[in-house]
Amino acid sequence: MGSHGIRDRVAIVGMGCTPFGEHWSRSVDDLLVESTTAAVESAGTVLDDVDAFWLGTQASGVSGLALSRVLRLPNKPVTRLENMCATGSEALRNACYAVASGAYDVAMAVGVEKLKDSGYSGLAGTQVPGAGDDGRGEGTAPANFALLAPAYAQRYGVDRDELKQVLARIAWKNHVNGARNPRAQFRKEVPIERIVAAPPVAGMLGVFDCSGVSDGSAAAVVVRAEDAHRYTDRPLYVKALSLVAGPASGLARQDYDFTTFPEVVASAAEAYKQAGVTDPRSQVAMAEVHDCFTPTELVLMEDLGFSERGQAWKDIQAGVFDLDGALPVNPDGGLKAFGHPIGASGLRMMYEAWLQLRGEAPPERRISSLAEGRSLAMTHNLGGGPGECVSFVSLVGSEPHA
Amino acid sequence: MAGLISYAAYVPCHRLARSEIAAALGEGGGSRGTRAVAGDDEDTTSMAVEAARSALASRALRDRVGRVLLATAAPAYLDTTNATVLHAALGLRPHVLAMDAVGSVRSGAGALALAAPSEVPTLVALSDVRVGLPGGADERDGGDGAAAFVFGPGDDDAPVVAEVLAQDTVSDEVLERWRLPGAPASRVWEERFAEEVYVPQAVAALEAALCGAGLTAGGLDHLVVAGLHGRAARAVPRAAGVPAERVAGDLGDRIGNAGTAQPGILLADVLDRAASGETVALLTIGDGASVLVLRTTDALPAHRQPVPVSARVAAGRPPLRYATYLTWRGLLDREPPRRPEPEPPYAPPSHRRAGWKYALVASACTKCGARQLPPGRVCLACHAVDATREESLAQVAGTVATSTVDHLAFSPSPPTYFVVVDFDGGGRFRCELTDADEADAAIGARVEMTFRRTGTARGVHNYFWKARPATAAAAPS
Repeated sequence: MGSHGIRDRVAIVGMGCTPFGEHWSRSVDDLLVESTTAAVESAGTVLDDVDAFWLGTQASGVSGLALSRVLRLPNKPVTRLENMCATGSEALRNACYAVASGAYDVAMAVGVEKLKDSGYSGLAGTQVPGAGDDGRGEGTAPANFALLAPAYAQRYGVDRDELKQVLARIAWKNHVNGARNPRAQFRKEVPIERIVAAPPVAGMLGVFDCSGVSDGSAAAVVVRAEDAHRYTDRPLYVKALSLVAGPASGLARQDYDFTTFPEVVASAAEAYKQAGVTDPRSQVAMAEVHDCFTPTELVLMEDLGFSERGQAWKDIQAGVFDLDGALPVNPDGGLKAFGHPIGASGLRMMYEAWLQLRGEAPPERRISSLAEGRSLAMTHNLGGGPGECVSFVSLVGSEPHA
Repeated sequence: MAGLISYAAYVPCHRLARSEIAAALGEGGGSRGTRAVAGDDEDTTSMAVEAARSALASRALRDRVGRVLLATAAPAYLDTTNATVLHAALGLRPHVLAMDAVGSVRSGAGALALAAPSEVPTLVALSDVRVGLPGGADERDGGDGAAAFVFGPGDDDAPVVAEVLAQDTVSDEVLERWRLPGAPASRVWEERFAEEVYVPQAVAALEAALCGAGLTAGGLDHLVVAGLHGRAARAVPRAAGVPAERVAGDLGDRIGNAGTAQPGILLADVLDRAASGETVALLTIGDGASVLVLRTTDALPAHRQPVPVSARVAAGRPPLRYATYLTWRGLLDREPPRRPEPEPPYAPPSHRRAGWKYALVASACTKCGARQLPPGRVCLACHAVDATREESLAQVAGTVATSTVDHLAFSPSPPTYFVVVDFDGGGRFRCELTDADEADAAIGARVEMTFRRTGTARGVHNYFWKARPATAAAAPS
């Protein structure tokens, strides 16, 4: 029994990511063609030379045919999978393991979601027939995550108005970053006062505290680390992949206090162990985290070990996680400004790590922490909500054996 | 000795001011007072459950109940039995007859008449939601509510609180009030016509019943007059020779007339304050008249319902907007939110989980004691498998651990409040908080559970539990 990780055994050698947004004129198939084509092009290869595929989508297609039909793949293995909002990361994780096992030379992970065709604002349901007696599906996602805010304020004695400012600053920062990203859904900076004054959605959350509902796709090509330089001279080495599904007891046990995601703490600890990271705040160059709602990002800063318990709200106000801060978080705008097409988001996060660690991010949003000799990027992807969730953490680096 | 062994009434907390109706419809007039209004998450079945839960607070009494009768003129369903929801929600024994008496307003008084002499402990629940066309008298004077009574042999736990001395009924086919199936409101004949029919019938029934009980009209301690025909109800006491001070108030100014449930609510109100050894006649007018004569016992003062009618009447929340009322009753077809419609409950899982869904029966681990809501086969604390016993949390109060207000959730009356409830003695559940405003959802607020119709999707009602602000009965443990 034991978890060992696959540090430095596989590498990402090509990526593609569509713009995220309301793509009224593009179908799921269009998005898949665009992301996969861009990914193989950036790896200098072709789709026919990819040996196996993992397609992540929450509800925009079923079975491997959802990909093979579109790309006319000639009898290749294609797995379609789903793990709530961590679906895209789950596709990458499985593709990496397949290559590390030696089963395939070249694997592709692709994530896609089309939310806007439903005509609804918010996510499409995928509920199993139930008895209407478990509280699931009653409230909305913002209401679920809004449970964090009063609990955090209560535990750490933060005044509600002050906390509202902190949450607004998270949204403000991610909009600032998104404004510098041509692929982002929202490309305008939004003044703090406007964020604070926005119409209420749930609890302390206003419209600007919520991530964008959008369509999009992203893809990655994975090969063995020793083969990486045949595809690119700047591969991303996979240092850690960690996924946990919690016991879903936070909504059933009184000892959970809604100021943390224990699943995130566990998945981060596992990832740090795999990658040999001991002080994430000083060792990680950037992090893409699951900022589905602003209180989520607040709590994640503590769960991922970037801030001490009860201190994240101060670090946020001090600008620690800004683009030019000590540890830039969501330099691409995050779910907030880049948008959140469920199955694509995990791979979209990795796309930003791909750009930043390779020095390909546009100058106006390039992070400065790399200059300090840091070479690691994190992606953190979460599905579910406070009390019951799945959490994924990856660490990738531009240097092997570092 | 058999007789009445338990009683309780339920009046929803929402109030519509009659002046609000008049103002909204641009009518002048001196309409006074308020009427009670069932919430958008209440119907005759859920209100009957609320009344019956209060009447059956004693577990021992629940285990003795052998029959359940639900009377209402506004059944939530036809063809299927609504009383089986009561049966399930109360966790009654399987070998119990549960049946409806639905359709006519008179079924309430009729069910009481049938149950009163019963040697088998019989639960009678009367419930109604009175709807009239906008601007009409039924809308203005109607009310919503429920009452529950258990008749049968007394014991130490639930002694007879009132003996049944006599009863009498006059039946008459008279086109006075009627409603075609599916129609939104009743129609009534000219009021003075039926007054002439009803008053003599009511007096005759009262005299016959009092005669059977060896009483006289002048010697009666309490006369309760119920019925939707207001003129007849007001005229009867004088015609029968009952002194005005012995006639119980009809609460119409505060909560309106709850039709099928009205005789039950008014009888419960009298039982809340009657002394031992007093006589009570309940006279219900409609399609004839029926009379039930009771005498309270020495056991009554110690066994009154937990929350008196007067407290429920007084517990009204801030007045409703008329538009909200119309929306709740389906009389104003509002634009739905741009979100997926809620799923209906599905039949097989609802049946498999009836104990939890209807009676809020959770599981407790027999190895470590941890409580689990909903019940599960694997303990959330010690992971023991299939080591559980059942534990009902319907009567257990709790404290809000955290909460949120949802402005987007699919609801006819946004916003919706969600709370995480930590139950006294262990266990946690996230659910909706109803009959509440933002202050009631604060961390640390006390709540109790209430049975509701949480929604209707694709023609299926969903019955389940919500939290509501705790009444005084649920003080911190």
